[in-house]
Amino acid sequence: MKRHEAIKTICSFLRKRDIVISPTGNISRELFILKDSPRNFYMMGSMGLTSSIGLGLALCFPKRRIFVIEGDGSILMNMGSLATIGHYKPKNLINIILDNEIYESTGDQLSVSNTANLDQVAKNVGYKIVQKIRLKKKLQDFLKGLKSSKGPIFILLKVEKGRIYERTPRVPYTPEEIATYFQKFLRNNL
Amino acid sequence: MTKSQQFYLTLKKFGINFASGVPCAAQKNILPFFFNDPEMIYIGATREEETVGIATGAFLAGKKPIVLMQNSGLANCINALASLCIPYKIPILILATWRGYPKDKNEPHYHHVMGRATIKLMNDLGIPVKIIPEKAPHTVIPLSIKEMQKQKRPVVMLLKRHIFK
Repeated sequence: MKRHEAIKTICSFLRKRDIVISPTGNISRELFILKDSPRNFYMMGSMGLTSSIGLGLALCFPKRRIFVIEGDGSILMNMGSLATIGHYKPKNLINIILDNEIYESTGDQLSVSNTANLDQVAKNVGYKIVQKIRLKKKLQDFLKGLKSSKGPIFILLKVEKGRIYERTPRVPYTPEEIATYFQKFLRNNL
Repeated sequence: MTKSQQFYLTLKKFGINFASGVPCAAQKNILPFFFNDPEMIYIGATREEETVGIATGAFLAGKKPIVLMQNSGLANCINALASLCIPYKIPILILATWRGYPKDKNEPHYHHVMGRATIKLMNDLGIPVKIIPEKAPHTVIPLSIKEMQKQKRPVVMLLKRHIFK
């Protein structure tokens, strides 16, 4: 499965009130191209903090599903956040790691995720459900059966290298616009 | 009423209802108020940068967050402040202990460099800094919140280490 196929698949299972936090780099760009929505918080900059923002939101909105999508490089930068999430255990938080084992946005340098066993890390720090998934069909089956109150959930999604376009355009909104649209979405979909 | 209790109650009076932090010894007398108050959500983080992310999520969800740390941890937050809070206009109150401030002779060497650079670093980022007054520490809060709301960005309240002792 390619990364953009994974993003598309995840988006196809989102419900009305769900929100998505996406990280700096190609993932946000691909999410924008595939399924732009005010439900998306495109966190451009502050690499590593997607899961922390997701935790803050999950604790304040216990009945809303929070999807945090990020790459292996991003989660490796803030592995302490996994311990914090595993401790506070927000039931509605779903971390999805799109693991291609490289820093693709910066030129395909190798990350260390091929030896990090991130799924085992998540299991050991207290995530309730941990899945390692390679196939699109399995991802679809998992997301189909996903209840909102069973988390925190950690999905290590092994994806193939490769981007949707050679040069995926940047998300065109200003950071302020992203925050404003996102907050409006939250207010209108309580 | 102790200074730390008055400080805490003033934070609450001005609507602060969410906190995340990494402990500093100079805050040990105020932290229990955050831990033990059922109206306050307190999330202990592993590293200070994480608190800024968590507080950002809380702010987007409509909370009024504060983050608590030492100024050494403020150094860990610089990218989060520069690339998240300022461009996205996320106002977060920051209570940072000012270890190694210029006249404090009893601090260990590892606090000296950051202690002397703290205000300059924040000023260069464009983050307003308020030094907490010794006699009435809580009076810094309304001023900081006003500044934070006006500028729509974080404000640092710097706490010398003996104030809440």
